[in-house]
Amino acid sequence: MTQRAFVVRELGIGLALVLLVAVTAIINPRFLSAQSVKDLLLGSAILAILAVGQAIVVITRNVDLSVGSILGLSAFATGATFVASPDFPIPVMVLLGMGLGAVLGAVNGGLVAAARVPALVVTLGTLYVFRGLDYTWATGRQINAADMPPAFLRMGTAAFIGVPVLALFAVVVLVIAGYYLHNYRGGRELYAIGSDPAAARLAGIPMGRRVFAAFVTSGALAGLAGVLHAARFGTLDANAGLGSELNVVAAVVVGGVAIFGGSGSVYGAALGAVLLTTIRAALPVLGINPFWQDAAVGALILSAIGLDRALSARVGRRLRKVGGGHV
Amino acid sequence: MFKRVFGSWDAVVVVALVAVSIVGAFTIEGVGDPRFWRFVTLEAIPIALIALPMTLIVITGEIDLSVASVLGLTCTVMGQLWVSGVTSLPLLIAISALLGAALGAVNGLFVTGFGLPSLAVTIGTLALYRGLAFVVLGDRAVANYPPEWTTSAIKAIPRTTLPWVILVVAALAVVFGVVLHATPIGRGLYAIGNNAEAARFSGVKVRVTKFWLFVVSGAMASMAGVFWTLRFASARADNGTGLELAVVAAVLLGGVSIFGGRGALLGVLAAVALLGVLRNALQLAYVPANTLTVITGSLLIASVVGPNVAGMLRDRLRRRHT
Repeated sequence: MTQRAFVVRELGIGLALVLLVAVTAIINPRFLSAQSVKDLLLGSAILAILAVGQAIVVITRNVDLSVGSILGLSAFATGATFVASPDFPIPVMVLLGMGLGAVLGAVNGGLVAAARVPALVVTLGTLYVFRGLDYTWATGRQINAADMPPAFLRMGTAAFIGVPVLALFAVVVLVIAGYYLHNYRGGRELYAIGSDPAAARLAGIPMGRRVFAAFVTSGALAGLAGVLHAARFGTLDANAGLGSELNVVAAVVVGGVAIFGGSGSVYGAALGAVLLTTIRAALPVLGINPFWQDAAVGALILSAIGLDRALSARVGRRLRKVGGGHV
Repeated sequence: MFKRVFGSWDAVVVVALVAVSIVGAFTIEGVGDPRFWRFVTLEAIPIALIALPMTLIVITGEIDLSVASVLGLTCTVMGQLWVSGVTSLPLLIAISALLGAALGAVNGLFVTGFGLPSLAVTIGTLALYRGLAFVVLGDRAVANYPPEWTTSAIKAIPRTTLPWVILVVAALAVVFGVVLHATPIGRGLYAIGNNAEAARFSGVKVRVTKFWLFVVSGAMASMAGVFWTLRFASARADNGTGLELAVVAAVLLGGVSIFGGRGALLGVLAAVALLGVLRNALQLAYVPANTLTVITGSLLIASVVGPNVAGMLRDRLRRRHT
């Protein structure tokens, strides 16, 4: 029964997305042109990857506010590496970025899991620390697209059978994460930890290890997002991804992942990211002043959490009526 | 005894503040000058104004991330009203306060009326209010305020260099401190933070209290917005962007538990001052701003890791003794 409510929840975002695209396309058919769809996918890919990582952490009743700073460090590391050796193999760079992110994520995870301190505080701290390291490293330098190998920059905009490579990265990440969370014991245990930490501990779930792994994953994905950011934008300074953390949390919340853990899915989170990006792109097309963008996003977040609340209240009532009692 | 000395995080922050000020005054030229304190206070005023209600909110186990956006929206509304001919400063301040209170009431309604988590709600209103600020002014700036307004906002107390507004902040701090630490309302806030259910059963009006806290938080953030507008003589939609995390950092560094139920106002005020002194001292020492970013983050982490690790060690020691 709850399972079905969650499916309904994701269908809901999907429906909102389809509706938004349909209305926009009716008003301006060019919104569905190949180029414009490609731009949308390109724009959502990086946010979606971050949102998948964030969802994994939020499901365990934690939060990772440092993702924007990890993205920034990884993006600058990518640029600096290519400046130092233009022939650096691109796949290795992708792995290196993910590795850097994983190490930074391990700092978060270690502090949360071993020192038992609240994730919000730790990752707010590392948000500053990682960004500060980024500034220190960059020292006001800017890396330009001209310093990067053309093949790498092509990856940022190229398409494979009409689908941007960046979006393919996001889809691969999404499918792997979604499959793991849904079908593996480790994935199910993340939900158990988030919905009732005390019960999860009593059930013998290795909480520290699972939460640590969630943060490492979120860090690695933010690292990947950093490499992709470098490929897409080419021009890099220490400000890449600055302030994006709350946007990522917003995407996750819009996607139906409960902020207090235990429910939601990475598919929802990714859909949330696509929806947020689409709204920003659709407003100007609809002839609405682009200055309304943030306000619309805010309204969307509020209605999404309101909807979740109403849905979960209904599910709760129905469960009580059935008499199962396993809420 | 052990716990009383090491458990009082407030004392640690106050000692750190005094130590940094003294060491700075002896080692860095310009630190400790009257002008130095003027800059520290000017910078600390808006943060302190927002941190006062934020402390109370976090003690009840909630959070308000929309404060910087309330500040920004107030700036733009004030600017727009001034442009459209409202020329009375007291009227502008009153309208701003009402606006802030209304924005806070929206937060409070979502949190207490619909029972939604404040973290999610205020991330939503963070985007919403900042968005409305852009709707009001776009990317324009309103900067043509009468000079007497802008100078009066930063005018010094006679025979000192400190801006007089700091007296207002101090008075407010006393009010908040008394309410938090010496009234049933304040004790109720701790009760809510420790166990909202139990607090409700012992007669604390949990939802009403939380609602009004958000209203006060909005009103204080709008006052910070008025000060911001006049101090920089500029109303822009992006005023104060990102300030919410700086305020939360100061509150947490001041020893307030993010889970609620623990913390004191003195520690928070000392933390606001400590961060201000550090930032300005390091600037005078030509230390790049990024070092301060690293220090802020490290202090924040240390403030939670330190007590926790100390607690674990203490437990282990005790277990060995028994």
